[in-house]
Amino acid sequence: MKILVCISNVPDTTSKITFTNNNSEFNNTGIQYIINPYDEIALSKAVDLVNGGADGTVTVINVGDVSTEPTIRKALAIGADQAIRVNATPKDAWFVANQIAEYAKSNDFDLILTGRESIDYNGAQVPAMLGELLSIPSVSIAKKLTIEGNEATIEREIEGGKEVLTANLPVVVGTAEGVAEPKIPNMRGIMGARSKPLEIVEPIAVAALTSFSHYETPAIRSNVKLIEESNVNELVNLLHTEAKVI
Amino acid sequence: MSVLVYIENTEGLLKKSAFEVASYASQIANLQQTQAVAISIGDVADTELQKLENYGISKVLTVTNDNLKSFINQAYASIIAAGAQKEGADIVVLSNSFSGKGLAPRIATKLEAGLVSGAISIPTFNADSTEVKRTAFSSKAIATVTITSPIKVITLSPNAFEVEEHKVSAQIENFVPEIATTDFNTIVKEIVRATDKISLPEAEIVVSAGRGLKGPENWGMIEELADVLGAATACSKPVSDAGWRPHAEHVGQTGIVVSPNLYIAIGISGAIQHLAGVSSSKTIVVINKDPEAPFFKVADYGIVGDAFVVVPQLIAALKTYKGNS
Repeated sequence: MKILVCISNVPDTTSKITFTNNNSEFNNTGIQYIINPYDEIALSKAVDLVNGGADGTVTVINVGDVSTEPTIRKALAIGADQAIRVNATPKDAWFVANQIAEYAKSNDFDLILTGRESIDYNGAQVPAMLGELLSIPSVSIAKKLTIEGNEATIEREIEGGKEVLTANLPVVVGTAEGVAEPKIPNMRGIMGARSKPLEIVEPIAVAALTSFSHYETPAIRSNVKLIEESNVNELVNLLHTEAKVI
Repeated sequence: MSVLVYIENTEGLLKKSAFEVASYASQIANLQQTQAVAISIGDVADTELQKLENYGISKVLTVTNDNLKSFINQAYASIIAAGAQKEGADIVVLSNSFSGKGLAPRIATKLEAGLVSGAISIPTFNADSTEVKRTAFSSKAIATVTITSPIKVITLSPNAFEVEEHKVSAQIENFVPEIATTDFNTIVKEIVRATDKISLPEAEIVVSAGRGLKGPENWGMIEELADVLGAATACSKPVSDAGWRPHAEHVGQTGIVVSPNLYIAIGISGAIQHLAGVSSSKTIVVINKDPEAPFFKVADYGIVGDAFVVVPQLIAALKTYKGNS
């Protein structure tokens, strides 16, 4: 089985998010970058599925400039066999999906995994765009994934429940928590990652359709109103008369 | 020009989000001086669809077909894109629901449309671009997204937009688009609904608890509090990681992002990753015995106290309140 895992390079989850250049750009000063946590689930699942290389190969792909290479090396340390970096600054999901689709078209993957969304721009757009660009099924938020022969069984979340569906490979799956336990690279993996192939390909020309033009940080709440532990009636009263939420 | 809005149903009944997107789409149509057209897929009675006219929808395309009884992502996307072409829609609106997230990128790709996911505002229309606000960085920021393509697809964040009634009269029209057999590549095997529970992403009130509860055996009072309030239950990441509660209840940066009217956090310290998932809640109540818990800094109301004392009292007080109102 040939698996492609799409990874995104995102700010660490503990990052304080600030903006620069008149609030038009993310301020990356002092920010530590990591593999997007959902993509890490996708990658961990892929590594499990190929059984340490016995049952196939895992290729990771990232659209990014040279600064994303430490994140790509970490993906190799977790267990991917090889990596592709499309040498471009990602503009929007449409741009990224087209770059990945271009690579995937000529490489016959059985399974394409992404995280359900990236934790920076949270668009959750790439998996279904890839499915459409490649004319194959896509499941955007999968909670479980099993592969048997040529058939994928996927459990996806729906409002107030879950749905189980099947699809013949190839298929694109956006993975959420539950698909796999994230793997932590071991020393052997980290050493091995240095010598695994990381190929750089140039992007195709695609015009972005959207852009992030301005950011603001959410309004800070007015000071918390503290209520005595013994006076829960006051809380109920405030929720009714002041906040008007009950 | 028109605005097309996809209306979701659950077993023939329109979802709560359906009225949100209908109202949102009709307000956009008003701004653009055009009409809002709804599209529904699957068996939904005309009387149910007719309800949309209370929210400014003047026409409903209904697509019924035995093959479409369950959700088939590719087929549904093709139908909605065909509906957009038939109606000459330059704006397509969906809910940013689990299904909407799967459909919108495929529709946007078919129409070569710019896509904004999880919008929280009505778009601003400029001469050569459209701007829409949405959350980014897992709700740690609000971003303005500029769309430059002629056709735009927007998914609306649940609970972010106040539904407004605007009565018009709607005609219902059967729509029979051609659907390629290759669009039926997925087969739904099973649907499991937790019918007694309120769906977390759509809930207006959420009762959430963390490690301060000490163990899964103590969730009885959390469920009872949720029950009294008609709320959904949620939890912090350490709680779902420890297996005390299912992953589907995990609220935060790497879990579900919620925006209810009321979020009650019990025994959750308020790590930055958790706050990211709740910061767009309208009112936040924090109950924690640690007065230094960071959650108090973003709360509207707080009680410094032991959850095992406060929660049972709160349940009793709410029961009295509900009994009197």
